[in-house]
Amino acid sequence: MRIMTYAEALREAMRNELKKDPRVFIMGEDVGRFGGCFGVTGNLVEEFGEDRVRDTPISEEAIAGAAIGAAATGMRPVAEIMFIDFVTVAMDQLVNQAAKMRYMFGGNISLPMVVRLPEGGGIQAAAQHSQCLEAWLTHVPGIKVVYPSEPKDALGLLISSIRDDNPVAFIEHKMLYSVKGEVPDENEPIPLGLAEVKRPGKNATVIATGYMVAKALKAADQLAKEGIEIEVVDPRTLFPLDKDTIYGSIKKTHKAVIVTEEAKRGGWGGELAAQIAEEIFDYLDAQIVRIGALNTPIPFAKNLEDYVIPSEVDIINQVKSIL
Amino acid sequence: MNLSQELLASMYRKMMKIRKFEQRVSELFAQGMVPGFVHLYIGEEATAVGVCENLKDTDYITSTHRGHGHLIAKGGELKYMMAELFGRKTGYCKGKGGSMHIADAKIGILGANGIVGAGLPISVGSGLSARMRGTDQVTVCFFGDGASNQGTFHEAMNMASIWRLPVIFVCENNLYGISMRQDRHQAIADISDRAQAYGFPGITVDGNDVLAVYEVAHEAVKRAREGAGPTLIECKTYRWRGHFEGDPTTYRAKEELEEWMAKDPIPRFARYLEENGYASRKELEEIERSVESEVQQAIDFAEKSDLPDEADAVTDVYSDLVEEGRAR
Ligand SMILES: Cc1ncc(C[n+]2csc(CCOP(=O)(O)OP(=O)(O)O)c2C)c(N)n1
Ligand SMILES: [Mg+2]
Repeated sequence: MRIMTYAEALREAMRNELKKDPRVFIMGEDVGRFGGCFGVTGNLVEEFGEDRVRDTPISEEAIAGAAIGAAATGMRPVAEIMFIDFVTVAMDQLVNQAAKMRYMFGGNISLPMVVRLPEGGGIQAAAQHSQCLEAWLTHVPGIKVVYPSEPKDALGLLISSIRDDNPVAFIEHKMLYSVKGEVPDENEPIPLGLAEVKRPGKNATVIATGYMVAKALKAADQLAKEGIEIEVVDPRTLFPLDKDTIYGSIKKTHKAVIVTEEAKRGGWGGELAAQIAEEIFDYLDAQIVRIGALNTPIPFAKNLEDYVIPSEVDIINQVKSIL
Repeated sequence: MNLSQELLASMYRKMMKIRKFEQRVSELFAQGMVPGFVHLYIGEEATAVGVCENLKDTDYITSTHRGHGHLIAKGGELKYMMAELFGRKTGYCKGKGGSMHIADAKIGILGANGIVGAGLPISVGSGLSARMRGTDQVTVCFFGDGASNQGTFHEAMNMASIWRLPVIFVCENNLYGISMRQDRHQAIADISDRAQAYGFPGITVDGNDVLAVYEVAHEAVKRAREGAGPTLIECKTYRWRGHFEGDPTTYRAKEELEEWMAKDPIPRFARYLEENGYASRKELEEIERSVESEVQQAIDFAEKSDLPDEADAVTDVYSDLVEEGRAR
């Protein structure tokens, strides 16, 4: 086992693939000498040169489009959009182009590309630098959406994403970058579409994503002191979704709590809740509970930001409310 | 140009205000009093002031992530600014916006903006609106060299041009977009050249010379008010601090910074004022001291101000609805 931060694990995945496959390259704003706004690409430019770790102008639409064009013609780009908030600028290329080209062309084209998207609040970066926009992407058929919550998953899932022949939106949470964790010695891929039970339990299933997994685990510690054992399941990929693992857990606990950091209205968590209700309603002993951010932009002031974003306390209270 | 003593003194005071405000913010950031992302304007004061001294309160500006200087130059009040940076209820945005979104709508500020290049199309809209409402208001759109590579730049320039809108595009070319030096992010030296492609004047000016900026902006504002359409002004300048506070600035040479610090717009203007008998050393020092105490008062105001209430988190999303809060 090795100890790595989430950011280091992401870098290790990119290093691994850059070494292995000459078609892989990285591009984005300040990913080269600067090492990335959050330091994720780090020193990769020194190892692989400016051609393969390519700084771009501030032009998100062209970054996304260039990734598509390169992917369509034999390369495997890994593009970074500095904050997921700026994916809005690149949306036509991702939604109307990347997601649809293969289908529109009758399966005659492949787009092996990854777009890395740091998201989330917690650093008082305010309304335009703190959003969680996964639902925008999971809503679009043709894009896979990955969201690791710890270093080992970051490593394995990014390797798989780069090797995948489809456009992959790879979401990262800013608050996780400096989090350390154990990572296997070998750089092995983790298949997309495989959830993981992060903590076993019997009283309720808490399905959490991204940084909310850590909060759910903290809540689990608290609840355990009161004799309540929650099972924390991390889907790890939002699409494709590992229903077997998630449903398996719910069939055991008969309770489902969904925790995501997105604004609750229209979120991915709502989609999951709907699927559970449609497909395994009979196994539920209580209503499905969704915990998300309030339906507001993310405010700047610390106390407001803390209030808007879900906390451990919200998870504890909501779990108790259905027991 | 023959400028009144009063106007010259006002320019000096505002430049000094920006400098002192930003220096204190830098300290406060280091002490953890000002959180979040903070992009300082130190070194670029002459640009905002030279431009905004041509504007009335009723004119509009769109600003950027590096917006404190624009707001001060347009007439913003330091205490409400500082309170916003502290995330207090009394701030310009009630603590909801912070440094990157600080704005005073009452004096025509259509936002500082966290999205690079986003102010450009907005300035087209306010220019169009002034035209449709039949006023003589103009809009100044501030943006950086880095922003000039966004699609919005090109779309906005073209639209403002075909409709001959009263918009003045002011590109603050401080040589970098974060770590990307201009010669790495575009293949031209003068961004003002791009105006030609859209059929209106583009002018490059020394952005550290407040009088030169004033003069060029004066002409552009006049053109805009008279219905002659937009102008692109490129102000060559330099940011002294990192891109944001905390940026180690490993991507640029110390010599480059020193070279630009030697071109400090403030002593340069002070020298002009003294040499031409517009102000004495003593008067300038007087201004500096009074600005320092104004900044201190702003900090005191911010520190004494209350935090926003949790209930405030769910207001202002809509004009007529309050979002649901949560029980904790
Ligand atoms: C759409 C978008 N892309 C990227 C960023 C991240 N970012 C913030 S400021 C900045 C550099 C801007 O450079 P420039 O326009 O020259 O302004 P300066 O910071 O030099 O004043 C970048 C890349 C952003 N905020 N918005
Ligand atoms: Mg710049």
